[in-house]
Amino acid sequence: MFLRSMTFSVLLGAGILSAGAASAPASAQGSLVMYCGVQEEWCRAMSTTFEKETGIKVAMTRKSAGEVYAQLRAEASNPRGDIWWGGTGDPHLQAAEEGLTLEYESPANKDLHDWALNQWKAAKQRSIGIYAGALGFGYNTEQIKAKGIPEPKCWADLLNPKLRDDVQVADPNSSGTAYTLLATVVQLMGEDKGFDYLKALHKNVSQYTKSGAAPAKAASLGETAVGIVFIHDAVVFAVQGDPIKPVAPCEGTGYEIGSMSIVKGARNLENAKKFYDWALSPAAQALAAPAKSYQVPSNKNATVPPQAPKMSEMKLINYDFVKYGSSAERTRLLTKWDKEVKALPK
Amino acid sequence: MRPSTRLALLFGWLGYALMPWYLPEGWDLAGYPFGRAGTALALATSGAAPWLWPIGIALLATTLLAVRAETSFSGRALVTAGLCGLVAFFAQGFAVTLPDQGIPWLAALLGGAGAAQPGMGFGALLTLFALLLLLCHGLAYRGFCRGDLFTTSTIGVVVLLIGHFIFLPVATILRSALVDADGNWALGEFAGRLFSSTIWGLGCVGGSIACGVAWNTLILGVLTGLITTLLGLACALLVLRTAMPGKRLMRAMTVLPIITPPFVIGLALILLFGRSGVVTGLMSEWFGIPRSRWIYGLPGVLLAQVLAFAPIAFLVLMGVVQGIAPSLEEAAQTLGARHWPTFRSVTWPLLRPGLANAFLLGFVESLADFGNPLVLGGNFEVLSTKIFFAVVGAAHNQGMAAVLAIVLLVFTLGAFWLQQSWLGGKSYTTVSGKGDAGIPAKLPTSVTVLSAAVIIPWVVLTAVIYAVILIGGFVKTMGRDHTPTLEHYRTGFAVDFSHGLFFEGAAWPSLFTTLKVAAISAPLTALIGLLTAYLLTRQRFVGRQLLEFTTMLSFAIPGTVLGVAYILAFNVPPVEITGTGLILVLAFVFRNMPVGIRSGIAGLAQIDKSLDEASTTLRARSFTTLRRVVLPLLKPALVAALIYSFVRSITSVSAVIFLVSAEYNLSTAYIVGRVEAGEFGLAIAYSSVLIVVMAAGIALIQFGVGERKLGRRPVALATSAAEPAR
Repeated sequence: MFLRSMTFSVLLGAGILSAGAASAPASAQGSLVMYCGVQEEWCRAMSTTFEKETGIKVAMTRKSAGEVYAQLRAEASNPRGDIWWGGTGDPHLQAAEEGLTLEYESPANKDLHDWALNQWKAAKQRSIGIYAGALGFGYNTEQIKAKGIPEPKCWADLLNPKLRDDVQVADPNSSGTAYTLLATVVQLMGEDKGFDYLKALHKNVSQYTKSGAAPAKAASLGETAVGIVFIHDAVVFAVQGDPIKPVAPCEGTGYEIGSMSIVKGARNLENAKKFYDWALSPAAQALAAPAKSYQVPSNKNATVPPQAPKMSEMKLINYDFVKYGSSAERTRLLTKWDKEVKALPK
Repeated sequence: MRPSTRLALLFGWLGYALMPWYLPEGWDLAGYPFGRAGTALALATSGAAPWLWPIGIALLATTLLAVRAETSFSGRALVTAGLCGLVAFFAQGFAVTLPDQGIPWLAALLGGAGAAQPGMGFGALLTLFALLLLLCHGLAYRGFCRGDLFTTSTIGVVVLLIGHFIFLPVATILRSALVDADGNWALGEFAGRLFSSTIWGLGCVGGSIACGVAWNTLILGVLTGLITTLLGLACALLVLRTAMPGKRLMRAMTVLPIITPPFVIGLALILLFGRSGVVTGLMSEWFGIPRSRWIYGLPGVLLAQVLAFAPIAFLVLMGVVQGIAPSLEEAAQTLGARHWPTFRSVTWPLLRPGLANAFLLGFVESLADFGNPLVLGGNFEVLSTKIFFAVVGAAHNQGMAAVLAIVLLVFTLGAFWLQQSWLGGKSYTTVSGKGDAGIPAKLPTSVTVLSAAVIIPWVVLTAVIYAVILIGGFVKTMGRDHTPTLEHYRTGFAVDFSHGLFFEGAAWPSLFTTLKVAAISAPLTALIGLLTAYLLTRQRFVGRQLLEFTTMLSFAIPGTVLGVAYILAFNVPPVEITGTGLILVLAFVFRNMPVGIRSGIAGLAQIDKSLDEASTTLRARSFTTLRRVVLPLLKPALVAALIYSFVRSITSVSAVIFLVSAEYNLSTAYIVGRVEAGEFGLAIAYSSVLIVVMAAGIALIQFGVGERKLGRRPVALATSAAEPAR
C-alpha cells in the first residue's frame, strides 16, 4: 500500500520528467537560431536556402518585430537567438539603443543602398537595412466606384467627407506601420499641420486596428474602402486578384527599413555572421518575390521584383530615422496623439 | 521508518550520486561523472561544486535514521532533515546561477563566490522530489493528516509544483509593475499608471469617447458569463431532462465551438455579418437594411465569446444536473409539489454551485480571451489585447502591461470571492451512499419551452458558422471566388509517397508538435487538477485557502502575461527550459489546471463525505478511497478536465506566442501567421483539420474514461415522454 501511493507520486514526477526528456535543447554545433520578422513563406525560403547552401542547421521562428523585441528583452540575461532577420526598423533601433544587439561590419556593406547604411549608422553598426517599403494606402475599387468619388491619389484625398467611417489605419501605440504614418505626416507637413491632418483624418477613420497590415486585408475584403498600410502589404492582395489598388500618395511619403541584427551574446556567433553576409547578397535578396513579398531589396545588384512598388517613381521624404526612432521622441509623439487625436469625439 | 520512506531515500541517492545533476546539452555524457554531465556527489567531492555538499549531508542524515524504528523522534528528525535539504537545495539553486547573477552573498556563504552553474537536470529533479517526500513523510509520522503518507506527500508535491510554476512566474511579472526600467522601486509611477483614465475613464456614460478598458472588460465579462451560463443550463436541462428529438446532434453541435481554433469563429462571423458578409448582403437586398459595421465592437466580441464559451458552461452544468439526486425531487413531488415548485425549490437551489462555477468560468474566460477581441474588437478595447500590445506594440511598455495585468487579476479574484460568498457554507451534497434510484423530475413546460426557444437559434447559428468554415477550406477565396479547389489542403497537408512516406505539407511539423504537447499535457492537467480539487475539498491543512487562491492566479493571468512571465522566470538557471517542448507542456498544464480543479470541486461538492468515511472505516487508505470510490464518481469531471486541457492545448494562442520556438512551433501560431498573410483559405483548411483531430481526441477520451454509473432507473425519460402533455 505504501509502495503504491509512493509509485503514484513518483509517476506524477516521472510524467513531467519524460515530457522533459522529449524536449532537451538541441546541440549547439553547426546551428543557427533565427528570429524572423517577415511573413512565413519568406522566412522559410531564407532559412531552408541558407541551410542547403552552408549545411548549417537553421532553427527559425516567425514573429512580428514587436514580439521579437519583447522576447530579446526577456531573454537578455541568457540569449537564445543568434540572428534577428526582418521586421520594421524601429524595434531594431530600440534593441540597438538598449544594447541587446551586436556591432558588425559586413564586407557586403559596399554594395548596399544608402538608406540601408543609414540604418546601420543610426544603430551604431548594430542593425542594417535589408529591404525597404514605402508607406501608402490601398483602396477597394468596388467600394470607391459605388461611392462615386474620384480615385484617391493623395493624402489629402482621404479627408473626403464621403469617406466618413471608411478609412482604416492601425493604432500607432500598437503598430510600427501606424507610427510610421504619424512620423511621416509630422515630417511632411510640420508638427502642427501634421496633427491637424491627423485630427481631420480621425473623422473618417472607422477603426484603429491593432495590427499594421490589417487595414489592407479589410480593404481587400471590402470591410473598409481605404486602408493605410505599407504599399507592399496592399500589393500582396492585389496580386491575389482582390479588388484593391495600392497607391503611393502624391504629396510624398515615408518608408520603413526592414532590418537585420545580430543578437548580443549569440551562442553561434560565427554562423550568425555567415548568415548576415549571405542575407545581404543579391542571391539571398532575390528570394523575396517568389515568397510573395514585394519589398525593395537593399543590395544595389539585387533584382527588384516587377510587382514591387517602384520607389524611384515615388516622392520619398527624407525620413529621419535617428530622431523618430528614439524612445523619447516616440513617447512624446504617441502621448500627444493619444491626447489630441484619439480622444477626440467623432 | 516505513518502506516507502526508504524508497524515497533511495530515489534521493539515485538522483544525487548516480544521475547527471545538470540539464545535458543534447545527450552528451562526456566526462561523466564529472563536468557538465557530472553527478552531484562527484562534483561536490572533487571540489567543483562545493555548494552541493549540504544536500548530500541532509540525505546522509536521513540514511542514519533509516534503520531506526518509527518513533515521534524519527518523525521530527525526518522533518528537520528534509526541510534542511530543501532549503539547501533552493539556496544553492537561486544563489549560484549565471555569472554575475543570482544572490552573490549567499553564493559566497555556500562556497561558490563568483561561480556559475547551468540549469537543473534530472538528478537535481529526482533529489528535490525525494527531499520533499522525506519532509512530507516526516510530517505524516508526526500525525499530520491522520498520519496518511499519501495525503501529506500529495500536498507537498502540489504545493511545490504550484509554487514554482504559478506563483514564481506571476510574482516575477508583477514585480515589474513596481520597478522602473533600471530596477529601482517606483511606486509613484505605479500609482499614476494604475489610476489613469485610459483604464478607468467613464467618458462613454456622458459623451461619445470610449470608456476605460477596465469597464469595457468588466461589462463584456459579466454579459458573457451570464449568457453562457443560461445557454449552458438550458442546453443541459434539455439534453438530460426532456425527450426532445435530435438531442445527440445538439450535444455534438454545442461542443463544436470548443474545439475550434481561435480567430476562426471571428473570421467566419466577419464573412457572414461583416459589411461585405453573406448575411449582411442578403439582409440589404431583401429588407433594405443598410450595410453596417455593427459586428466590430462589443456585439461582435460578445457573440463570438458566447459561441466559444457556452459549451464550457454546458459541460460543467451537465455534470451537475446529472448529479442531482432524483430522490430529492421525488420527495418534493410526494409531498404534493407540482413541477414548477419542485424545480424552483429543489432543483434550482441544487444547481447553484454549478451555476456559480459556470458563470465564473465564462467570466474568467471572457477576461482572458485574446483572439476574439483582436479580430472583432474594432475600437472596443479590452484588457487582454491592451496588455498584449503593451508588451509587443510600438510602445513596449512592460510596466504598463503588468499594471493592466494586476487590474485583470483583481477582477478575476473578485469574481472568485463573490462566488464563494454566494455559495456560503451551504451543503449541496446529493450523491450519497444511500439508495438513490429515483426518476428525475420532468421539467416544467415553461422551462422546456424557454430553453428550446433559446437553444434552437443558437444551434442554427453554430451550424451556419461551421458550414462557412467547412466550405471555406474547399473554395478559392471565401466570399469572393467560390471555385472548388483542393489547393489549400495540398499546401498544408500534402504527403509524398514516392520515396517512402514523406510529410511534405507546410503544416505537418506544427501539427505533430501540437499533438505531442497536447497528449502529454492533458493527462497531467487532469491528474494534478483533480488531485488538487480532492485536497482542497476533502483534506484540512494549513494554507489550504492560499493554495486555492494561487491556483486561480494562473487562470486569471492573461495568456500573454503568463507567456512573458514564463520566459522571465525560466530562461535562467536553476530552471532553464525556454526553447524546449517542456515549457509548452508546463504552460499548458498550469494554465488549464484550474478547470480541472473547478470541475473537480463542483463534482466533489455533490459526493457525500460519508462515502469516503465508509471506505476509510473499511480500512482503505486515502489513495484507495480516491481510486475506488471518489474517482469513479468523478468521471464527468475527469472527462471535462481531460477534454478541456487537450482542446485548450491545441487552440491556445496568447499564452504560447512567446514560448513557441523554431523546433517547437504550434498549430495556432502557424494559423495566426497564415491569417496575417491574408491566406484565409489555408488558415480555414488547417482549422478544419484541427477540428477533426480534436473531435477524434474527445471521442477517444470519452470512450477511454467511460460514463459514471449512478444507480438510477434508465426508463425514466421514456416513461415521462409517454405521459400525455398537460
